[in-house]
Amino acid sequence: MIFPWVWNVLPGPAWLRVLLLVLLLVAIVAALFQWVYPWFSVTFDIQDQNVEAMT
Amino acid sequence: MPAPSVPAEPGAPVHEPQRRGSARPSVGNRLIALMGELFIIAGAVIGLYVMWQLFYTDITAEREQQEVLEELDWAYTEPVVAAEAAEDDGPQVLPEEAKQSPDSAPVMDEPDFGTTFATMYVPRWGTDYVKPITQGVTRREILDVLGIGHYPGTAMPGGLGNFAISAHRTTYGKPFNRIAEVQEGDALVIQTEDAWYVYRVTDYSIVLPNQVEVIAPVPGDPAAAPDGHYITLTTCHPMYSAAERYIVHGELEYWATTGFGVPAEILEEVPQP
Repeated sequence: MIFPWVWNVLPGPAWLRVLLLVLLLVAIVAALFQWVYPWFSVTFDIQDQNVEAMT
Repeated sequence: MPAPSVPAEPGAPVHEPQRRGSARPSVGNRLIALMGELFIIAGAVIGLYVMWQLFYTDITAEREQQEVLEELDWAYTEPVVAAEAAEDDGPQVLPEEAKQSPDSAPVMDEPDFGTTFATMYVPRWGTDYVKPITQGVTRREILDVLGIGHYPGTAMPGGLGNFAISAHRTTYGKPFNRIAEVQEGDALVIQTEDAWYVYRVTDYSIVLPNQVEVIAPVPGDPAAAPDGHYITLTTCHPMYSAAERYIVHGELEYWATTGFGVPAEILEEVPQP
């Protein structure tokens, strides 16, 4: 459902669609690495190394 | 999934996707297809998270810490090797008479949050081990980017009390990765702009995350008045977990003013595993 929809929404010939798809994926991964994952890791305290009074 | 909309040959002109009229799949099938795609996306996102945490954080944090070190023009960051010192073209070793007793140690004021004020050398982790120490122990601002953090309110290097620092054991450049190899008697060397401080490891322990007495002025005894010049390292335990904390304690052996050479301890080549 999602993948065919994305493919149909992208304009131009197949090679251009592939190129746009790659760019889109790179942008998504970059956003995940830059903002989403750091936020998740800190918010849910996957690992912690400080000693502190329990809150 | 309906196959007909896929072009037969890669080279063929792309046909306008056919409006799937009569062959339109039922609502149930489409729902299942949608769920399948969502699972694929979720799998990719989770897999990427693991890649990011295990590999990417190391790359970015190590680069950041290296840059911070290079900005500290007073910090000793040569690759320190005993052989070079012996051949006389390496760093000069601190003479015996330059070593001074802990009681006379100069203590700098606590800097502002986020200020890198010292470097750390641990021969047990290799003669090339040098990491910056920064004020503060929050993850996002200090530990995830700058490496080792100093607990605000604990003593500064050489100070009466407990110089307590914290760092990641895994990921984010993992400054305290090999903490379990540290043995009693190992040197922990701190350099500030004005002085060298050489601590010796006295003991280690594994505690629960809320046992803050390990960073008390007298480690383990929060009520006691400071009676010595201690250092405490805290990091996570077991590796990749937040369940417990690995603690290493040490005591100041001597200090020396910078400019007269480097402590012999940081040139000592400890056999690496």
